[in-house]
Order: sequence, then structure tokens, then C-alpha cells
Amino acid sequence: MIKTSRTGITAPANAKKDSIIEIRAIAQHDMETGFRYTEEGKRIPRDIIRLFTCRYNDEEVFRADFYPGIGANPLIIFTTVAAASGTIECKWTGDDGYEAVNQVKITVS
Amino acid sequence: MTSFKENPISPNLTRRLYLSALGIFGLSSWFTSFSAGAKQPEAMEAIAKIVGSNAIKDGRVKLVIPPLVESGNLVVLKVAIESPMTASDYVKSVHIISEGNPLPNIFTAYFTPRSGRADITTRVRLADSQRVWAIALMSDGSYWQGHADTLVTLSACTEAV
Repeated sequence: MIKTSRTGITAPANAKKDSIIEIRAIAQHDMETGFRYTEEGKRIPRDIIRLFTCRYNDEEVFRADFYPGIGANPLIIFTTVAAASGTIECKWTGDDGYEAVNQVKITVS
Repeated sequence: MTSFKENPISPNLTRRLYLSALGIFGLSSWFTSFSAGAKQPEAMEAIAKIVGSNAIKDGRVKLVIPPLVESGNLVVLKVAIESPMTASDYVKSVHIISEGNPLPNIFTAYFTPRSGRADITTRVRLADSQRVWAIALMSDGSYWQGHADTLVTLSACTEAV
């Protein structure tokens, strides 16, 4: 069974060719650190997103490794060059078979 | 009554002693939590693992975190690296290393020439008042570093559920 959650990408729908655009990607996730304990003293197991990748027209433009130091509901803001019209696809993968994919369309003129 | 006369100020004195000792103890624990919270060797080890035997130069990396943070659970961290970001000269990756967290690594980001700018913003957890490092690897194989200090009043990852 694949675990997933709500994700969102914010990127401009239209952009000038070769301009730098900003992409904001957020995923709904607790990012449980594995350093916390319940009131009964039991350690809560680690459950985090490990890898974030962004592909622009099937070419990888950005990648990030996450550790427990990333806050809950990880938001990451990065940039890319608007090269051509197409799709920007972001993928989050993590512990316990977590996987989420989201994409946005972009028109480059 | 006789015993009281023999040592008339003793109850007062012990109380004062006790209180002052308490004060010193309280202060010292505050100081130690301030300095011993930094697990510097672990952070340095993590950095050494990244760079290997290469030298790290200061500069080009700008790390921004608020100087005073109320809650360490969500701290906005911004890192920007100076680079033309062309196919021949670009930033390959940046590692964010914390001195005071249980785990020194916070995140690693990998750029490509198509990133346009080596510029990321995200939200991190900080367990203590500490220094955070950013180590960047350029496409020519050189390493550059930058750091930022912050005061955290409420730590992340200590609270129970």
C-alpha cells in the first residue's frame, strides 16, 4: 500500500523564455523526527519524507534530501529557468512507502 | 531554648546559604545549557564527511535565519549562493549542517545549470540556540561555506505528545 498525502505546487502559469521562475512546493506531512516520546515514554518511530525531486519536461532540475531537521509540512522554494512550455512535476518519497506526485503546466512565450 | 541561644542566627544563615546555592545552581545550569547544547564535534564530523580532504573557503554562501526565534519548530531558513549558474560554472549542491540538533544534517539540495539561481527557502527545526552552517560544492570542485547564529527560546523536539 502506498501512503500519500495532499501536496501543492505554486508556479507561474505563464513565463517569458529564459526567465527565472520561482516554484513553491509543499507537502502535508508530520515529518516525525524519531526523537520524540509519548507520555508513556515510548519512542515515536521516525517517519519523514526523504527525497524531493523536481522534473521539468522530464529533465531533473532540482533535487533535495530531507532529514528530520526539516519542519512539519515541508515547504521548499527554489528556482528554475523557464526553458519551454510543458509540465513541472514534483515528487516526494519517504519512509513507510510514502509517495506523492504533483504537477503543474507552464506556458513559455 | 538553650540550643536556640547557642546558635541564634543559624536558621537564618542556612536559609540564606540554601537560597544562594539555589541561585548559583540555577544560573550555572542556564549557562551550561547555552554552551553544552552545541554538539560541535558531531557537526564538524558531518562537514568533514562532506568535504573529505578538500579545503573549504569562506564566502559566496549567504545563509539567513532569524537571529531570535520564539519556537524552534518552524524556522524559515534561506540560503543563497553566488554563482553565474551556467553550464560550465554552477553550484552542484549545498548541505545545511546544524551544531545543536540531535542530527547535524538538516537538508541537502542539488542544483543543475537549469536552476537559474542557487537560492532556496525552507522551514527547519532547531533544537537549541546554535550556529548553522551551509557548505556549497561548486562545479569546479571547490567548497565554500557560510554560517548564521540564532537564539531559540523554545526548542523543537523536546515536547511529548
